[in-house]
Amino acid sequence: MLEVKNLKVHLDTASGIVKAVDGVSFHVKAGETVGIVGESGSGKSVLAHSLMQLNPVPPATYPQGEIIFENRNLLDLKEKELRKIRGNEIAMIFQDPMSSLNPVFKIGNQLMEAIRTHQSMSRQNAEEKALELLKDVGIPDPKSRLNDYPHQFSGGMRQRVLIAIALACQPKLLIADEPTTALDVTIQAQILELMKDIQKKYGTAIIIITHDLGVVAQLADRVLVMYSGRIVEEGITGDIFYHTSMPYTWSLLRSLPRLDSDIHQRLKSIQGQPPNLVDPPKGCNFSPRCPFVTEQCLEVDPSLVDRGNGHRAACILSESEYEERKHEIQDIEREGVEQ
Amino acid sequence: MSEALLEVRDLEVYFPIKKGVLKKTTGNVKAVNGLNLSVNKGETLGIVGESGCGKSTLARTILGLEKPTSGDILIEGESILNYSAKQMHRLRRDVQMVFQDPFTSLNPRMKVSEIIAAPLKAYKMTDNIEQRVKELMDLVGLKPEYHDRLPHEFSGGQRQRIGIARAIALKPKLIVCDEPVSALDVSVQAQVINLFEDLQKELDLTYVFIAHDLSVIKHIADKVSVMYLGKMMERSDSESFYNHAQHPYTNALLSAIPLPDPGKEKTRERIVLKGELPSPANPPTGCVFHTRCPIARDYCKENTPQLERKGNEEHEVACFFPIEKGMVEAGSENLLR
Repeated sequence: MLEVKNLKVHLDTASGIVKAVDGVSFHVKAGETVGIVGESGSGKSVLAHSLMQLNPVPPATYPQGEIIFENRNLLDLKEKELRKIRGNEIAMIFQDPMSSLNPVFKIGNQLMEAIRTHQSMSRQNAEEKALELLKDVGIPDPKSRLNDYPHQFSGGMRQRVLIAIALACQPKLLIADEPTTALDVTIQAQILELMKDIQKKYGTAIIIITHDLGVVAQLADRVLVMYSGRIVEEGITGDIFYHTSMPYTWSLLRSLPRLDSDIHQRLKSIQGQPPNLVDPPKGCNFSPRCPFVTEQCLEVDPSLVDRGNGHRAACILSESEYEERKHEIQDIEREGVEQ
Repeated sequence: MSEALLEVRDLEVYFPIKKGVLKKTTGNVKAVNGLNLSVNKGETLGIVGESGCGKSTLARTILGLEKPTSGDILIEGESILNYSAKQMHRLRRDVQMVFQDPFTSLNPRMKVSEIIAAPLKAYKMTDNIEQRVKELMDLVGLKPEYHDRLPHEFSGGQRQRIGIARAIALKPKLIVCDEPVSALDVSVQAQVINLFEDLQKELDLTYVFIAHDLSVIKHIADKVSVMYLGKMMERSDSESFYNHAQHPYTNALLSAIPLPDPGKEKTRERIVLKGELPSPANPPTGCVFHTRCPIARDYCKENTPQLERKGNEEHEVACFFPIEKGMVEAGSENLLR
C-alpha cells in the first residue's frame, strides 16, 4: 500500500546540512502495524512528517526518493492534491495532544470540520458521525462533550479526541508519532488498547513511531530500527527482539531497565552519545559506540543486507561473525563479573 | 536516636485555591496529604507515582523549597522546619537535588567549570577549586577538555552529568533526584543510572529517587513507595515489593508498563485502569483510589484505609482488600476487565 524508496530528507540549518533521513526504504501493507523505533535525533519524526510532507520547506528538502501511496508518488503531487489525501486517506496523530487541537473551537466543531472537509455531508449527519466517533474512542458521555473545549479535557482524553479526528474519514493509513509519550503509564495502557481495538474494527494500517521498545513489542507486526537517519535493522517483531542481528539493536535491548529483570541488576549501558548529524562519523554511524567494532567499520558504510524472512540488518559482519563476536563480548563480561 | 537520615512525619502540603477580587480561599489542592517516610543512611528510596500524585511537591518540601501545611521533616533527627536562614544555608550543603530537565536546570551562560564550581564558591571552599572541579568532572565521566564549554554544546546525558557533578560538589549526605533520567535518550539512560549507583558506593550517598517508571526504580532502589493523590498506597523493601505487590494500584502500574518482549506481551494479563486521576482539589471520599479501583466495594467509598503491615515486616499497604499473590497472573476475573 505504501512504499518508500531510497528517501532522503535534508534540513538546511545554520550549522550545515543535516541529513535527517538518509536513504530510507520500507513498505507498509494494508492492515498491518509497523513500528519505527529510534532515539531523539534518529530521524524518525522527520521521516513520519515527510510521508505527509508536513516538514516545513525550507529548511527541509527532498533531494532524492519516492513515496508511493496507492500507485501515486506523493512527492510529485501538488499541494491541492495532497490535501485530498491528508486526513482522508492518511491521517496522523501527534505526541502533544494539547498543541494539536485548536483551543478556541469546540471539540464537536473540530471533529465535524474533519468530516465535512472530505465528505459532503449535512451538518446534522456530520454531528451524528462525530458522536459515533467519540463513542468509538471511549469518551464517556459523548453527547455533552461535543460542546466542550480542548482545555476541558485531560491529556488522555485529548489524545482520544485526536484519534477520533484521525479516524473521521476512515483512513487507510494512520501515522502515530509518539502518541503516548506525554501520557502517564496507566493512561498509555488505555490508549494502546484503544489503538488495538480500532485496528480490529477499521482495519487501518498503522505506523507507530516511538522510542519505547515496550510499546513496539506490544503493538507492532514489523519493526524498523532507526539510527542517525537510517534504518539499521528491519524485520518482523519476533525476529528483532529474539534474533537481533545488528549491534545497535542488541546493545539497546540489553541497556533497557526492565521490569522482568532482577532487582538491582546492573544495566549494560551503551557508551558515548548519538552522533552529530551535521558531521556524521566516517564509516558506520554506530562505529564509535559499537562493542562489535572492527577496523573495517571505520571505513565501510554498511548497507542493509537481507538475512532471510524479510529481516534486514546494516552491519558488515556476517551472521556467523556477528554471533561469534556476541559470544566473545558476553564471555568477557562474565569474566569481569567473576573477578 | 534512630539511624534514619531523613524522616518525614504526617506531612501535609496544601496549596490554597483563591477566587474573586478579595482572593478568598475557596479550597485547597491537597498535593501531599498525610505522608510518612524514612530513609536510612546509604539507602535509596524510590518514590513512584503518576503525574499529579504529589511526588515533586514532596521533593521540593524536603529541600525546604515549599512550606508544609503541617507535619515535620527531620534530617539526622533534627526538625528543619523552623530553621533560620543561616541554618538552612548549612543544611543545603548536606541536601542537594538533581533535576529532571537537564536543559533548563543549567545556566546557559556559564561554563561547565563555573557551574560545577558555583556551590564550592557559595560555601567559600575556595582553595584548590580548579583541582576539585577536575576531580568532580572525572568522577561523573566528563572529559577534562570540556572544562570551558557551555551547556548548549552538550547532549542531554552529558548535561545531566554536569548537574550531578554540581550536586555532589559539596559532598552532600542526601541527594533528592526528581525524575533524573526521564528526559534522556534510551541509550543514555543506562549510563546515568549506573553513574548514580557508582557514586553512591564511592561517596556513601543516600538517594530519594523519584520516577514514574517502576522498571527504572527496580534497578536502583532498596525501598519503594507508591504515591497516589498525595497519599502513600504501598511501601516496602524492593524484594518484597516486586515479588508480591499487594495494592491494586501498584499492580495496575506494574501491568501497565509494556515489556520489551513481544512473546511475554502477547500472553500477559493486564489490568487496564478505567478513568483518570481525580482532582487533588476534591479527592474522593474513603479510599482515594476507589473511583478507579477494579476491585473496589461499597465499603471502600466510606472508609479510609491506613498503611498497615501485611505479611513481610517492611511491607505496608493501604488497602482493605489487598491482592493475593498470583491473582494477576491467574487472570482473576473481577480484577481484569
